[in-house]
Amino acid sequence: MSDEPIISEELQSLVNVPFGPEVYEIEKGMVKKFAEAVDDPNPRWQSETPPTFPAALVPRELIHRLFNIKGPLKRLLNGASELEYLQPIKIGDVVSVTGTLTRLRQVAGAEGPTLFMFTEMTYTNQRGEVVIKGKNTYIKY
Amino acid sequence: MPLQIFYEDIEVGSEVPALVKYPTTMQLVKYAGASGDYYQIHYDKDIALANGLPGVIVHGWLTLSFLGQMLTDWLGEGGTLAKLNGSYRGMNLVHEEIFCYGKVTKKYAENNKNYARIEIWAENPRGEKTVTGAAVVTLPSRSKVTPQ
Repeated sequence: MSDEPIISEELQSLVNVPFGPEVYEIEKGMVKKFAEAVDDPNPRWQSETPPTFPAALVPRELIHRLFNIKGPLKRLLNGASELEYLQPIKIGDVVSVTGTLTRLRQVAGAEGPTLFMFTEMTYTNQRGEVVIKGKNTYIKY
Repeated sequence: MPLQIFYEDIEVGSEVPALVKYPTTMQLVKYAGASGDYYQIHYDKDIALANGLPGVIVHGWLTLSFLGQMLTDWLGEGGTLAKLNGSYRGMNLVHEEIFCYGKVTKKYAENNKNYARIEIWAENPRGEKTVTGAAVVTLPSRSKVTPQ
């Protein structure tokens, strides 16, 4: 193990900085492809998006920064996801996603130091209405 | 589609009909494409093994999608999903069954809506809980028109 800090200055500097918005046009084919990929044939997904569809609405800049930041921990896992649905996302909507790293926590794990990165996402439609609030925890180890 | 479930039909302890899925490598590749999550541990066995994993593992989000499907199938057209969360605690390996379960832990009325809180979890064939979480749902009532 190198002497590099687990939580680098660069990583720490990202905390509470909002990234985005990343703008997604919710196209019919994109939703169909997602519903097929999760193998959920519910006809409801012909007009609105399945519950975990926000997984496809990635706040790219935030994720790119988090996943590519230099540091001694190379392996990554998804730790937890949380979604709150305020309104359905419908086909034809235009959804803007902003993402923020809200907290970092380093713990001594079974396989050595483990870093938890807590993120929060806000999904807003073309009328400026928040449709979904999301949280995701990523684990580096 | 099954008959609509109503708020009056459930009690604390009521079970959501279980859902069993069997993700293949092809499904994981499709999910990678549809979600944009191309992390190779979900389709490249060599990389999965080099990462110390027992083999190609299923995306946590995909298992949570199965739990979401179990819930929306049960809710029918009259119910809605208000919250969904899952913690990824263990591995679901590709080409293994994923068993999805749910159980009502609370029912309550608030703001003229009928809510239920559901404990949800997924298991692998070894009976290990791989995803644990909870959902909050609204259900229509038999006794009055449910506000939308």
